[in-house]
Amino acid sequence: MIVFEYIAEILFYALVCLTFTGGIVAVRAKLLMHAVLGLAATLFGVAGLYFHLGSPFLAMMQILIYVGAVCIIIVMGVMLGNTPDQLAAKNLTGRNLPLALLACLTGFVSLFVATIIRTEFTVATEKVGDMSIEFVGESLLLQYCLAFELISVVLLTAILGAIILARGGREGKTS
Amino acid sequence: MEIFYSILPDLIRMVVCAICGAVIVFGNALVMGYAERKLAGHIMFRPGPMEVGPHGIYQLVVDGLKLMGKQLVIPKNADKPLFMLAPLLAFAPVFVPLLVIPFSDKIQGFDHDIGLLVILALASINLLAVLIGGWSSNNKYSLFGAFRAVSQNVAYEIPMLLSLLSIIFMTNTFSLKGVVAAQSPVWFIVIQPLAFLIYLVAIVAETNRAPFDLPEAESELTAGFHTEYSGMSFSLFVLGEYANMFIVSSVATVFFLGGSSGIPLPYFEYSGIIWFLLKVYLLMFFLIWIRWTYPRTRFDQLMNFCWKYLIPFSLVNLLITVVMVKLL
Repeated sequence: MIVFEYIAEILFYALVCLTFTGGIVAVRAKLLMHAVLGLAATLFGVAGLYFHLGSPFLAMMQILIYVGAVCIIIVMGVMLGNTPDQLAAKNLTGRNLPLALLACLTGFVSLFVATIIRTEFTVATEKVGDMSIEFVGESLLLQYCLAFELISVVLLTAILGAIILARGGREGKTS
Repeated sequence: MEIFYSILPDLIRMVVCAICGAVIVFGNALVMGYAERKLAGHIMFRPGPMEVGPHGIYQLVVDGLKLMGKQLVIPKNADKPLFMLAPLLAFAPVFVPLLVIPFSDKIQGFDHDIGLLVILALASINLLAVLIGGWSSNNKYSLFGAFRAVSQNVAYEIPMLLSLLSIIFMTNTFSLKGVVAAQSPVWFIVIQPLAFLIYLVAIVAETNRAPFDLPEAESELTAGFHTEYSGMSFSLFVLGEYANMFIVSSVATVFFLGGSSGIPLPYFEYSGIIWFLLKVYLLMFFLIWIRWTYPRTRFDQLMNFCWKYLIPFSLVNLLITVVMVKLL
């Protein structure tokens, strides 16, 4: 069985690499389209990490919703505007470069490193509950019911906003 | 060496799954390619491929060789890395859903309670590939094809999911094996005929086939999102399309037609796979049949049909199902 642990370890680092590379591409790409696809790669890597943590349900939902729906909608929005010859202007020049590095490092140190050092990570000796769909569904609709309902209210507001925006544009054209 | 022997059963299982997946994808493309051309020919009162082999049965082998030998043309102003990535992204994810499909009660890659989600999640990557291919070609026909593909697929995903969801409410499991086991007395096509019809219409749109083949409408867009693709990169798109047809037909078989259930044959333990493949290829025959029978719809008709008829009907169907499940 030890071989499988090695394989899992290698897969973990591969997924971390995918997540980070995707993130860097998403931030630094010259083309908006590449940036969106970098984002898709990051989200895919995160889905892989969920899988590695033992929750295939979350991994599949991540791919289904974020890669399959959100990214596709963003890509469609980008396709309306940009063609492959429109490049982003270089913004990391002159005094922007040290400032950007400083901002990154401050945020990184204060949020990331400090939080990691302070938090005491307890290694789970065994799996906390089974991550089956029944468990996820029960905890969403019983324990975290309020959060779940609030999220659906936010989504409803977003849908209403989208409808109002779309209708407004259409009426402006015809009248 | 002991470690090797301890992982050997899993290793063999993995290798067998990979080989079977490849055999299904390529074998299915060969069979379907030939069947499509032959049936198209007969529906149009012409013989179809006749020259290579008896009744042209080697036609697809020759075609495959031709496509492998062709030059890969990359347009000058295309986005080269994405242009090369798109066919791979369309082709690679089709292997994973094959793992969770229960070909018989004994033949299945792995059974998990998220079986259906695996299929749906990886089907959505195919759409991303179509988008990337259409955009990176830097061609107006490809771009329009990709646009149509995404609006059509996003719309038709909803009735498809809703119709499957009404079955899920009845079986209480996402596991495809569980769904097959749940319909041992009656198939779900009898209990949920409306859901089956909605699913059938939705998969025609999801696989971008006529009468809903707007993304590659050849009379308007030359070939839609794969206009600029040639040789093997084109055939990867086609292989992916046929594999997706196989997958959606398998899901229809599992959810509505009783999966691998049928009359058990004597002296053959795995007779379920024969019934399963029979049902799947009957559905695929149906898909080919309507492709060559009905004319292409207009795009606004297509979207109206989905948003004004299929989605309300599937929602009502879902509601009735939920009430019935609660009452009974």
